[in-house]
Amino acid sequence: MKAFQYAAPRREGEVVELLADHAGQTAILAGGTDLVPLMKKMIVTPDRVVSINHVDSLRGITADSSGVRIGAATTLDDVLDSPQLRDHTAIADAIRGISSPQLQAQGSLGGELLQRPRCWFFRNGYGLMAESGRLAAEGDNRFHAIFGNAGPAKFVCASRVAPALIALGARVRLVGPGSEDESDMPLEFVYRTPRDAHQHETVLLPNQLLTHVFVPAVSEWSSATYEVRHGAGPDYPLAAAAVALRIAGGMIEDARVVLGQVAPTPWTSHVAARELLGRPANADTAQAAGEAAVSEATPLANNRYKVQLAQVAVQRAVLLAAGLETGGF
Amino acid sequence: MKDRSNPTRPGSGFHRRDFLRGSGAAAAATALGTAPTAEAAENASRLYGPGLTKIKLRVNGGERELEVEPRMTLLEALRYGLNLTGAKPVSSDGSSGGSTVLVDGKPVSASTTLALDVVDKDIRTVEGLGEDDAVVQAFVHNDGLQCGFCTPGFVVAVRAFLDKNPSATEEQIRAGLNGNICRCGTYANVIQAALEVVKGGSRG
Repeated sequence: MKAFQYAAPRREGEVVELLADHAGQTAILAGGTDLVPLMKKMIVTPDRVVSINHVDSLRGITADSSGVRIGAATTLDDVLDSPQLRDHTAIADAIRGISSPQLQAQGSLGGELLQRPRCWFFRNGYGLMAESGRLAAEGDNRFHAIFGNAGPAKFVCASRVAPALIALGARVRLVGPGSEDESDMPLEFVYRTPRDAHQHETVLLPNQLLTHVFVPAVSEWSSATYEVRHGAGPDYPLAAAAVALRIAGGMIEDARVVLGQVAPTPWTSHVAARELLGRPANADTAQAAGEAAVSEATPLANNRYKVQLAQVAVQRAVLLAAGLETGGF
Repeated sequence: MKDRSNPTRPGSGFHRRDFLRGSGAAAAATALGTAPTAEAAENASRLYGPGLTKIKLRVNGGERELEVEPRMTLLEALRYGLNLTGAKPVSSDGSSGGSTVLVDGKPVSASTTLALDVVDKDIRTVEGLGEDDAVVQAFVHNDGLQCGFCTPGFVVAVRAFLDKNPSATEEQIRAGLNGNICRCGTYANVIQAALEVVKGGSRG
C-alpha cells in the first residue's frame, strides 16, 4: 500500500472539505472491503483516505410514510436486519446473496453501490478500459458485459444491491463538490458507461459524497432479486435480475426490470417491463419477460452463455416477485 | 460468561515466535525509535500520517498502545504490533476469512480494516475467546482442523454466527460460514463443531 494521510471527520461538510483540498488524490473509506484490497494492489493510490465511519448522520435507517432513508455508511447486515425494509424483498434477497457474514457486517451500503468493477483486467492493473477495450474485446471476456458493450467499456457493474434499489425507484442524496452543495438524483443516474479512460464508471466527482439512499414506500409493490451463481460460495454472480411488480387481481399493472452483472451499469430492461404490463402474473408471462430481456443482447466471444443466464434470472425474479415461487437456487 | 481478562499471551514457556523475534528485535527498535510521530490535527477532524501515529486499541478487554501508519491494517497491528498472531494473513483481500476478528461483536476481516479506523471500537480476537470457549472446545472434540491455518478465522466466525443465531440449523450454519475458506476441506468437522455448540447450549 502507498503511504497516505488518514482523516476521521465527524460531519458531512468536513468530509467534503477534506476531499476538496486534495482534489482527485483522495479515497472515501467506509467498510474497506473493496478499497483496502485495491490499495494493497496499488490499483488505487490515494494521498488521503477520508473515513466516513465517524460521521453519525451517515449511519442508520429511518422511515416515514413516504419511504425509507438509509445512511451510506450503514452496514449491509443492518440493512438486511432492518424491520423498516422487511417489505423491500428485492433488497434483502440481494444482500443475502452476498452471503459472507464478514462482507455483510463490514461492508456499507454506499460502498456496495460504488464498489469498483471486478473486471480482471482492471483488478490486475491494466486499467478499467484496458487499452480502450482491446484487452477485454480480444482476451478472456467470459465474465464481461453482454449489454452496453459497443464502446471501450466491457466490464460489468459489480453492485449486487443496485438493481434491487433501482427497481424499487431509489434516489440518492449527494453532498459536494462545495461544502454547502447538496443534490438528489435517481440512483440509476449515478452510473454511466465511460467512453474513455478519463471517465469514471459513476458520475460522482472525486469530492462528492453519496450520503443517503432513499427508497420510496412499496405498499402496492412486490419485488425480488434472483442471482445466477456458479455455486453457493461468496463469488459474484454470473447474471442477476431484480424485478418489482404491482399486481392487482392477478394482472401486472406496473413493472420494473433491472439486470445486474451484464453491463457497465445496472441494466434497466424496458422491453422486459413492457412484456409484463397488462398480462397475468404467471409462468408464461415470466418466460416472455426473460426472453424479451435478452432479445437485444450483444455477447462477446466468450460470454454467450450469460445470455441464457440473464434470461433465467429475469424469469425467476418475476416468478419470485409474483409469489409463484419461493426462493432457493 | 467466564473471566477473560486480557489473555494476550495464551500458554507459557518457549515460543518459536519469541526465538525468531529475538534476533530482529534490536533492528526493529532502532527503526521505530527514529520514525517521526505525525499527529498534526488540522481543524477539528483529526488528520493522521502518513507517518507513524500513536494509538490505543481496545483488544480483548484491555487497552493496548502502539504506533501505526495510516496504511497499517488491523491485522498487521494485531500480529506485528501486539503479538496477537491468531488471526492469519491468508487472502489479503478478505475473501478467505482467515483474519476474522470481532469488532463491536461483529465478524470483520482484519486484513481489510485499517487499524486507525477502529481505535474507538471493541476488538476481540481468537486469543480473547480463550481455551474454555465452547466453540474452541467443540473444534477440539470434533477435530475441526487439519493444517490449522484457517482455524482461528473459523472459530471467530462460528462464535459470531452462533452469538447471533444461537439455535441455528445445519443449513443455516453452512450459509453462515460462507465468508471462510478451508483449503484442506475440513468443513464437515467445522460444521459438526458448530452444531455441537448449538446442541450443548453451553455457550462459553
